[in-house]
Amino acid sequence: MERTKGRKVVKDKEVGDGDLCWWLVHKGIAASFLCIAVFALLVRAAISLHPYSGAGNPPMYGDFEAQRHWMEITLNLPVKEWYRNSTTNDISYWGLDYPPLTAYQSYLHGLFLRFFHPESVSLFTSRGHESYLGKLLMRWTVLSSDALVFFPAVFYFVLAYHLGRPNGHKTHIAWHIAIILLSPCLMLIDHGHFQYNCISLGLTVGAVAAVLSNKELVACFLFSLALNHKQMTAYFAPAFFSHLLGKSLRRQNPVLEVLKLGLVVLGTFALVWWPYLHSMEAFSRVLSRLAPFERGIYEDYVANFWCSTSVLVKWKRIFTIQSLKLLSLGATVSTCLPSMVQQIWAPSNQGFLYGLLNSAFSFYMFSFQVHEKSILLPLLPASLLALEEPFLLKWITLYALFSVFPLLCRDKLILPYIAVSALFVLIYYVPSGRQDRKETHSFNSFFTTCLVLCSVVLHIIYVTMHPPHRYPFLFDAMIMLLCFSQFMLLAFYTNAKQWMLMKRSVLLDKEKKLH
Amino acid sequence: MSDLLWFFAISTCLKLLLIPSYHSTDFEVHRNWLALTHSLPLSQWYFDETSPWTLDYPPLFAYFERFLSIFAYLIDPQIVDLQKGLNYTSNSVIFFQRITVILSDSCLLYGVYRLTKDLDSRKRIFIWVLVVWSPMLVIVDHLHFQYNGFLLGILLISLSFLEQGKDLVGGFFFAVLLCFKHLFAVAAPVYFVYLFRHYCWCGLVKGFRRLLVLGAVVVAVFAVAYGPFVYHGQIQQVLRRMFPFGRGLCHAYWAPNFWVFYIILDKGLAFFLRKLGFAIQTPEASFTGGLVGDSSPFAILPQITPLATFAMVLLALSPCLIKAWNYPQPGMITRWVTYAYTCGFLFGWHVHEKASLHFVIPLAFVAVQSLENARHYFWLSIVSCYSLFPLLFEAQEYPIKVLLLLLHSIIMWLAFSAQFTKGEEAKAAARIKKKDEQLKLKGDSNRADKKEGFVIGGVEKSYLVGLLVVEIWSQFLHPLIFGDKLPFVPLMLISIYCGLGIMYSWIWQLRWIIRSPNL
Repeated sequence: MERTKGRKVVKDKEVGDGDLCWWLVHKGIAASFLCIAVFALLVRAAISLHPYSGAGNPPMYGDFEAQRHWMEITLNLPVKEWYRNSTTNDISYWGLDYPPLTAYQSYLHGLFLRFFHPESVSLFTSRGHESYLGKLLMRWTVLSSDALVFFPAVFYFVLAYHLGRPNGHKTHIAWHIAIILLSPCLMLIDHGHFQYNCISLGLTVGAVAAVLSNKELVACFLFSLALNHKQMTAYFAPAFFSHLLGKSLRRQNPVLEVLKLGLVVLGTFALVWWPYLHSMEAFSRVLSRLAPFERGIYEDYVANFWCSTSVLVKWKRIFTIQSLKLLSLGATVSTCLPSMVQQIWAPSNQGFLYGLLNSAFSFYMFSFQVHEKSILLPLLPASLLALEEPFLLKWITLYALFSVFPLLCRDKLILPYIAVSALFVLIYYVPSGRQDRKETHSFNSFFTTCLVLCSVVLHIIYVTMHPPHRYPFLFDAMIMLLCFSQFMLLAFYTNAKQWMLMKRSVLLDKEKKLH
Repeated sequence: MSDLLWFFAISTCLKLLLIPSYHSTDFEVHRNWLALTHSLPLSQWYFDETSPWTLDYPPLFAYFERFLSIFAYLIDPQIVDLQKGLNYTSNSVIFFQRITVILSDSCLLYGVYRLTKDLDSRKRIFIWVLVVWSPMLVIVDHLHFQYNGFLLGILLISLSFLEQGKDLVGGFFFAVLLCFKHLFAVAAPVYFVYLFRHYCWCGLVKGFRRLLVLGAVVVAVFAVAYGPFVYHGQIQQVLRRMFPFGRGLCHAYWAPNFWVFYIILDKGLAFFLRKLGFAIQTPEASFTGGLVGDSSPFAILPQITPLATFAMVLLALSPCLIKAWNYPQPGMITRWVTYAYTCGFLFGWHVHEKASLHFVIPLAFVAVQSLENARHYFWLSIVSCYSLFPLLFEAQEYPIKVLLLLLHSIIMWLAFSAQFTKGEEAKAAARIKKKDEQLKLKGDSNRADKKEGFVIGGVEKSYLVGLLVVEIWSQFLHPLIFGDKLPFVPLMLISIYCGLGIMYSWIWQLRWIIRSPNL
C-alpha cells in the first residue's frame, strides 16, 4: 500500500488533472479491482433482465432449456445414466454433450433450483419449463459462477501479470481489469444468450495466471478442469502444451518435469471421469457424446475458413465426413505449428499469451464443427494482451461482436448488444486515461474508418431489410465474409508478432552479452 | 465537458440495459397523462377521471407531457389513446417512456455542468461520480419510473445561477421548477428570504425596483403555467388536484421521517395504557388515507393536521431562514436549500420516500467541500438509498439494487479517501526533497491516514452495520421465522431505522448551518 501511494505522488504530475479515474486507482490494485468487479456484476445483472435464447419457442427452445434440462437429468438420474440414452433420458432432446465437469456443475445448480423452485427441475414434467422464478434462478446461477470463478481468476491473472511489469501505470492496470471483466461478447453470451462460458474461461485464465507466476502444476490442474468443463477449451491446449514443454526442457531434469505435469493432468482427468472409468463401454459412450461429428463441418454462418470458403468450394459435397475430419485436423495442426514451435524453442510469458491467441485462432478457423460462440476463445487471450495490443483488442472485439450479431438478433438481444458495445467503446476510449497509448496501426486509419462504417451499415441493413427471396441468407453470408477477412488478417498479424518477439529478445540478449 | 459526457454516457449504457426491468404504477400514471393531454382539450385536463391516475402535477409538467405525446403518437398511436391505452404494456410504450426519461436526464447533465464548471478538476470529477452515477436516481427514475433527474436538473441550474450571483435568473428557474412539480416549494421560504436580502436589499429605490422585477418574473412564469386554467375558471380544481390533503399523513410505505416515531409513540402509549387498565379505543381511521376531518387515527396523541405539519416545517426551517436573512451569501445557498428539503422530508404531510432525492442530490455539491461534509454525505446517501429499497420489491431487481448501493459505497469510499488523504500527502511531498521522498512519505501517509484520512466514526459505522442486520432480517430471517405473518414488520423496521438516520442527518445539518462562520 505505502509503496503504491508513494509512487502515486511521484506520478502525480504525469497523470495531470485531466485524469478521470485517478481516484479509482490510488488505493491499490485490490480496491480498484473490487470497484470494477462490482460494476461488471451490475452490468451482467442488468443484461440478465433481457430474454434468453429460445424463450417461448417450443418445441426445442434453446441453450437455456439445454442447461435447465441437464440440471433436471443430473438431479434425477444416477451418475451412470447421465450420458446414456434410455426411457428416462432421451438423448435426442438436448442430451448432455459436454464433459463430466459440466454435468457436476449442472447437478450443483440443480440442487439450488430444486431448493427454491422444485417444479423447474422435476423429471419429464419440467420440459420447456418457463417461469419468472425459473428464469431468475437460472440467471443467478450464471451470475454466481461468474463471480466465483471468472472474477477471482482475473484478479489472480492481473496480480501475476502486473507483478512482472513493475513500471506499469496504475490507471493502465485499472483499464486492463475493466477491459477483461467487461468483455462484451462474453457478457452477452453468458448472461443474455445463456451459457456458462465464464466457468471454463475462468479456469483457463486461472491456469494462465499460474503459468505466469511459474506454478506449472497448478496451471495443469486448472487447465485440465477447464478442458473437462467444455471441450472447446482444447483450442488453447497446443499453447499450454508447447509452452510448458519448452519450459520443462530448460530445467535440470526435463523428463521428470514432463512426467510430473503429465501425472497432474492424468490425475485430474481420472478424478473427473471416475464414474465412467469402470468400463470401456461407459467411457467411450461419454466420449462419443463429446464429439458430434455427424453434425457436419460447420453450422449456420460461422466466420471460419470452411464456412466462408464454402461460398466457392462446396466442401460438404466434395468430401465425405471422414476425409473432412482428416482435412480439418491437418489444417488446424499445421496452422498451430509455427506458434507451437516458437514456444518450445523460446518459451516466454509474452510469447505464451500470443501462442494462446494463435492456437485459438487456428482452431476457430480450421477445426471441425465450430460454432459462432467459439469466437470467445480467441477473444480471451486478446483481452489478456490488451495493454500490449490495444488496437488488436478493439478490432477483434468489434468483429467478434459483429460475428455473433445474427445469433443475438434471433435471441432478441439487440438492445443489450448496442448498450454493451457502447460501453466497450467508452471504456476503450476513456478520456486521458492512457495518453501514452501506442496504437499499432497495421492498417491506415482511412481504411479502418471505412470498415467500421461498412459494418455499421451492414448492422442496420440486417435489422431493417428483408433479404431477396433467392438468397435468404445473403446478409448473414456478407457478415460472415467481412468478419472472416478481419479474423484472417488478425491471425496473420499475431503469428508474425509472436515470432518477432523472439527476434527482439534475441537482440536484447546479444546486447546484454556485449555490455 | 467531454469528460462529463463520458461519465454520463457510461450511466446511459446502464440505463438502456435496465429498460425491461420492473416499473411501478407511476409508469401507467405517466402514460395516462400522455394520453390525457394528447386527446383532451386543455380545459378538461384536470377534470378527467378515465383512469384512477388523474393529473396531479402543476401545468408545466402537463405541457411537458403534451410535448412528449406528439412523439408518442408518431411511434404508436395506442400509447396516447385515452381508452385503448389503459394499462398498455407493449414494447413500444415501454421503450418510448423509458427513453424519454433517459433523454430528459440531459437537463440534469446541464445542471451538473453549470454548477461544476468553475470548480477545480478533482472536485468536479467527484461530483460527477456522485450525481451522474447516483444509484438513487437510477432506482427511482430508471427502475421505478419518474422524471426526477429532469426536475432536479432544473433545481441545479437555478442553484448554479444563484451561486454565480445571477439572482434573477436563478429565481426564474426556481419558479419554473415550481410549475413543474410543486413539491419543490418547500425551499421557497429560503429562496424568498435569500433573494429578498441578497438581491433586493440595496437602497430603497433600487431595491424596490429590483423587487418589482423579480416579482414580475415570477408572476410571468406562473401566468404562463396557470393562465389558461385561470382563463377557464378552473384554478380551484387544479389546486384541489395538486394538494390532495385527504391522502393522509403518511404514504402507504412510511417514508422514514419524524411522523414514523410519532405513530410508534402513539401505538406504544396506547398499548401500555391498555395494559394498565385504561379503556382506550382503537382508532378506525388509518394514517395513510381517509379524509382529514373524519376521525383521528391516533389513540392518545393529538391528531396531526396538514396545517400542523406546515407549521412544523417552518419552525424547523427558521434557524436557516434567520441565517439567510442575516448573512445572505451565495456560497451557502445550496446547503440551505438542501436543509429546507430535509425539513420538508422530515415534517411534511404525506411525504414519499422518493423525496429524499431532493436533498441527497444537491448535497453532493456540498460534500466535496470538507472532510466532515464528506463523511456526513457518505453516510446519508447510503441510508437514503437504502430507504428506497422497498420501492423495488420483486426478486428480479434485488441483485441490481444491492449492487447499485454497493458500487456507490465503494466509489464514495475510494473518491473521498482519495481526496482527503491526497491533500495531506501533496503538502508533505512539497516540503521534502525528491530524493528521500519515498522514504519520508511512508511515515507521512501513515500519519495522515490516522489523523486526517477519510475514516467513518464509530457510531456511524455501527449504524451501517445495523443497516445490514435490518436488511438480512427483513429479507431472509423474517420470512423464514414468521412466514407470511406480520408482513408489515420488515417495512416498518426499515422506516424506523432509516428514519433515525435521517433525523440524525437533519440535526447534523442544522448544527452545521448554525455554526457556519458569518462572513
